[in-house]
Amino acid sequence: MISLLQQTAPVVVEESETVIITEHGAEAAAAHGADAAHAAAGAAGHAASAPGMPQLDITTFGNQIFWLLVVLAVIYWVLSRVALPRIGGVISDRQGAITGDLMAAEEFKQKAKDAEAAYDKALADARAEASKIVAANKAEIQKELDAAIAHADAEIAARAVESEKRIGEIRASAVEDARSVAREVTEALVQSFGGNADQGLINAAVDQRLKGALQ
Amino acid sequence: MAVTEEKVEGLVFHPMDQFTVKPLFGGTEIHWFTPTNATLWMALTALAVIALLVFGTRGRAIIPSRSQSIAELMYGMVRKMVEDITGKEGLKYFPYIMTLFCFILFANALALLPMSFSSTSQIAVTAVLAMMVFVGVTVLGFVKNGTHFLGLFWVSSAPALMRPVLAVIELISYFVRPVSHSIRLAGNIMAGHAVMKVFAAFGAVAALAPVSILAIVGVYALEVLVVTIQAYVFTILTCVYLKDALHPSH
Repeated sequence: MISLLQQTAPVVVEESETVIITEHGAEAAAAHGADAAHAAAGAAGHAASAPGMPQLDITTFGNQIFWLLVVLAVIYWVLSRVALPRIGGVISDRQGAITGDLMAAEEFKQKAKDAEAAYDKALADARAEASKIVAANKAEIQKELDAAIAHADAEIAARAVESEKRIGEIRASAVEDARSVAREVTEALVQSFGGNADQGLINAAVDQRLKGALQ
Repeated sequence: MAVTEEKVEGLVFHPMDQFTVKPLFGGTEIHWFTPTNATLWMALTALAVIALLVFGTRGRAIIPSRSQSIAELMYGMVRKMVEDITGKEGLKYFPYIMTLFCFILFANALALLPMSFSSTSQIAVTAVLAMMVFVGVTVLGFVKNGTHFLGLFWVSSAPALMRPVLAVIELISYFVRPVSHSIRLAGNIMAGHAVMKVFAAFGAVAALAPVSILAIVGVYALEVLVVTIQAYVFTILTCVYLKDALHPSH
């Protein structure tokens, strides 16, 4: 591409100059030639040295190189002092923020897991505690119940004994009453039949009879 | 140039005039300090770089704005390129490589504006860029590796008989590097702009004008691609040369 342009460019310039010569005459051509030379070669001054490529005009090299170095120095200074540290800082900040957020998320996840475990544990503990309390209460109630039953049994037994005793007493007194009534009736019967009521015989006879009846 | 085209009937081609360096404020003398159109457009390049990379990132946002995203994209791309090719120890030279990439990319891109001056089409500019890389890399190679750097030219994996021959070839190819490095960039940019100018000249003929416009659009689209690719290629070659300096063994 370059060699092609190098070859064709001067030809093009020559052609345009010949066109000018045919149409405007030599005088105009000379003036224009000088113009074109100025335009093409900058400070070159005369047409003969006008290069096909303005890039090869070494009289402008010093100028371009000087300004290029100035511009490069400025860009390098700004980039290395301001732009690159800033952009690098922003990127690493972002990286840090992302990593931090991920770690925080991981931490929160762990916390949630811990909380769940703690909740489960508390629940199980509460259940165990409740069943323990229930068992304890049951045992206590059972104990009280047993005590009450035992007390009641004792009382019942005591009452039964007492009743037994009283029934015995009543029975004894009833027997005694019956005996005395029988003696008195026997005595009265004996006397009314005109017999001499011997207290001792009557008593023995009544006891004899009652023994059989009461048994 | 425009004056000439008005004066003369028919087709007039001045595809190379756009590359002429002219003083900005009149006069014909170009001293080394004279502000020229080259100065103007290189300064605009620097301003564009600063606008994107400094002004565009002023928010320092965790969630970046558009301009900050672009700046970060460029930063990430060049940094990854340097790291992938040269390794960790090459990151020391990342700011300079980033400078080269930004300068070339923005100079190329600004050159696509109508009536602009393409700094990177100038052999003087690209040659300085390439020579700075070449000299810098060569000096760095010797400073870092001493005479071991010459191992770059001695292909120890080749048969013993071939090694001297290969050494000559390697040596030649090494010294051709800055030439190809600079001419590739300048040539690509210059060729594209010259072609567009030629098509533009065809636009003076009414019958050809629509074709000319379509052709310019096509070439322009291609140039947008070339502009980016050439900046990328220049940067990646710089990284490759830097890698040779840091790790000269084949």
